This record gives sequence, structure tokens and C-alpha cells, in this order.
Amino acid sequence: MYPRAFHYHRASSLKEAVAMLSQLGDDAKLLAGGQSLIPLMKLRFANPQHLVDLNFVPGTSYIKEEGGALRFGALTRHAEIENSATAAKIPILHDCAAGIADVQVRNRGTIGGSLAEADPSGDWAVVLMTLSTEVCCLGAKKTRTVPLSDFIKDAYTTALAHDELVSEVVVKAPPKGSGGAYIAFKRSAPVYPTASAAVQLIMDGDVCKDVVIALGCVGLTAIKAKDAEAALRGQRITDKALSAAMEAARAAADPQSDMRGSTDYKRALVGALVKRAIEVAMRRAHGEQVEVGHIYA
Amino acid sequence: MPKKLAKGKKAAEPKPAANAAIEEIPISVQVNGKPHSLSVEPRTLLVEFLRENLDLTGTHVGCDTTYCGACTVVMNGAAVKSCTMFAVQADGAEILTVEGLEKDGQLHPIQKAFGDSYGLQCGYCTPGLMLSAFQLLSRNRQPSEKDIRKAIAGNTCRCTGYQNIFKAIESAAQNMKGV
Repeated sequence: MYPRAFHYHRASSLKEAVAMLSQLGDDAKLLAGGQSLIPLMKLRFANPQHLVDLNFVPGTSYIKEEGGALRFGALTRHAEIENSATAAKIPILHDCAAGIADVQVRNRGTIGGSLAEADPSGDWAVVLMTLSTEVCCLGAKKTRTVPLSDFIKDAYTTALAHDELVSEVVVKAPPKGSGGAYIAFKRSAPVYPTASAAVQLIMDGDVCKDVVIALGCVGLTAIKAKDAEAALRGQRITDKALSAAMEAARAAADPQSDMRGSTDYKRALVGALVKRAIEVAMRRAHGEQVEVGHIYA
Repeated sequence: MPKKLAKGKKAAEPKPAANAAIEEIPISVQVNGKPHSLSVEPRTLLVEFLRENLDLTGTHVGCDTTYCGACTVVMNGAAVKSCTMFAVQADGAEILTVEGLEKDGQLHPIQKAFGDSYGLQCGYCTPGLMLSAFQLLSRNRQPSEKDIRKAIAGNTCRCTGYQNIFKAIESAAQNMKGV
């Protein structure tokens, strides 16, 4: 399948890419890893007249630990994050990177591209929503820092102006006593999850001091399950509290019925994923090393 | 190529950038150790470039939607789906396709293992699987069962002959010890 013909522009710096976007106007799109954009172009759902390729810009792929935060260059590939000991210090980041599609896609796809694409089934937005995450947006006149919760507006829609790009993603390290986990249910590796759940919590003994729960693939964007969080916050995590959190997560989900499952099925599924993610997150918060993978049908 | 493009084009589609013809982009790539410099239309996918411009038809087009991995090649040491990259993005890169596995008439240990273990049925997915195995074994000579399964999760065998494929990669790892 061929995409519609387009003009190709190779940026040698992020600044130059921004200048190209301003000059080319609305019909220009950025090409990062291309693992979402190129399939969309081949199906002709996306038909940009101009592509600005960021892959030749040096210095855009890095993972740095700085001032209690991890800073990811926008073009850091999922595979680099998967294999990074620095990123693994926040275990939920490793869960995410290692579970995206397959080896080949992880070798190309980028963290910045995933957020900027804002695909409703993308993994990064769900996971990063449970952490304190900021997206650095580089424009012609200034760089602004946007909290992730304000960055993603809707399906495929972000706060980026047409002549802005994501230059860096900054994730604050969670406080001591924290644990997190991300679990998705997938029919096979290369496909999008049917549903997914990300949980990041802080334990004080057996009491949950604070918790963030985000649901993936069951709405137009990642959904924060606030009532599920409230069911756990300040509580001992008993079976009763867990059931209440699951129930609230099911209610928060807003899934579409499709070939991956019916609305009811996905609601039930996301509740179960939340429970499993909470259990792993708690064990990790207590200092246990837990390896967790996605569940395949 | 231009003829093929015209054939696949939908009539109702808006024309590309009003006035300008689409300019071809010069690229240089090393494929299986051989340098190639030529100009390509930007929308040319890497897999089409390999198959149609370089006549390396061992790399297959399966699903054409980033799912099946039949088009997997190794670029700068990393397995990629060549249907989900433009050829212009491979400018300056070193690419390995299935044709480059064999050396001096000798099958690569991975190829030999696929034959010996009956790791193929119809053979359509085989080049992609061998290149996914190549990335795995070039980084990890002692892969666990889980490592192998994870390495080929992006390759679909529609004959469903996964068990022998798995065994082939296991025995290739054995054969490559000390190589």
C-alpha cells in the first residue's frame, strides 16, 4: 500500500523542524518513529502533504536522571527505555516500554511520538498519567512545559500548536514507599491492548497513603479512575477495598464495543486488570522485585 | 514504479501540493554489505525499495499493516518492519536482508537450523523470522525460552508452525556458540 505522495523534509535540528512546520503550515506533519503515522498514511487516514523527518536530528534520544526526575529525549525509542537500568528505577516505565507491540516496533517507536500522536490505544499516556509527567513543547518563540493531564485533549488531539513539537518528556521520580504496575490484556503482541490498567501508589505499612489509577483503551483518552482511587486512599487494602476499587474502575470505563470485545466484556476486563495491577504495585511498594508482563489471550 | 502508483491511486483524492512535483530524494544505503546510491520517491517504503529497486525479493510483504513481521529486516543491528519505514529514512544505514545471511555459499547457522528443525512450512514468514532471530542471537547467545518467545512475538506464522520455529532458534543458538 502506498501513502499519498508527499514532500519530504529532513530536519537537522529541532529548531529547524519547528521553522519548517511554521513555513509549511497545517499540511505538514512530523515523522518520529512512524509506527502509528506510517500505517495511518498507508491506509490513507492521514494524508499530509509534507513530512518533516526528525530521525536525523542528533541528540534527541537519551534518558537522564536529573534533580529527582527522569528526562527522556523525545525520540528515545521504546526499546532503549526497555533496556535502560535508569528507566527501570521506576518499574512501571519498564512494564510499559517492554510491553509495547513487538521487538520491531519498539526498535522504531518513540516516547515523544506516542504522546504527540495521542492514539486512544497508546500505552505511554496511560502509564505516564499515573506519575508526575511534564511534556516540553518547543515552539518558534518559546518552549513551554505542559503537564501531561493538560497535554492530551482528546483522541489524536493534543495541546501542541501546529508549529510546536515535543522535545522532551520529564517524569518525576515517585517518593519512597511507592510502587507501580502496568498490565494490559492483548490478543497478541503486535496489536493494541483490549484494555489496560496502570496503578501507582504509596504505601505506609498496609495503608495506602495515595494512589493514582489510569485505564487504557476504554475511552477516547486514558481515563483516570478517581472513584477507584478514593476507594483505596487512606485505607488498608483489604479484599473489600479492592472490590470497591474494581467496581469503581468498571464504572469509570467508557469502552466502545468492537472486534476486541463488547462494552460489558471490556468493563469486566479492566476491573480485573486494575486488581492485578494494584496487587503488583503493593508488592513493589514493599520493596519486592516483581516481574510482570501483559496477559495474552 | 510510477505506473504502479497510478494504478493504486483513488480518483477522488486531492492532488499533492498544488503546483510542485514530488522531488525524488537521493539516498545511500549498504545492503548486505553492498553500497547502493539512488534516488527514491519519498513515499517509497523500505520493503518496496528492497524488492523493486534492488530486486531483493526475499523480504516479503505480508499484512502490510505492521502486524505480521514478514517484512522484517535488520537495520543498524535492530530488527525493523520494512513496510513501516520509508526508504528515505534508511539513508546512511546498514541493512541486512535474508539474502545477506549466507556467506560464501555457506548457509548462516540460523538458516541451517531452520532447515534442520523443519522450522518452516509454506516459508512465507521465514525470512522475517530468521532476521528477528538474528537480532536476538547477535545480542544474546544464551537466550531463555522466554527470550526466544519474546523475540519472535512480532512475527506471525500463518501455518502456525511455531514449535519448530522455536526449536530452530534454540538449536541455532547452540550452533552459534563460540562463533
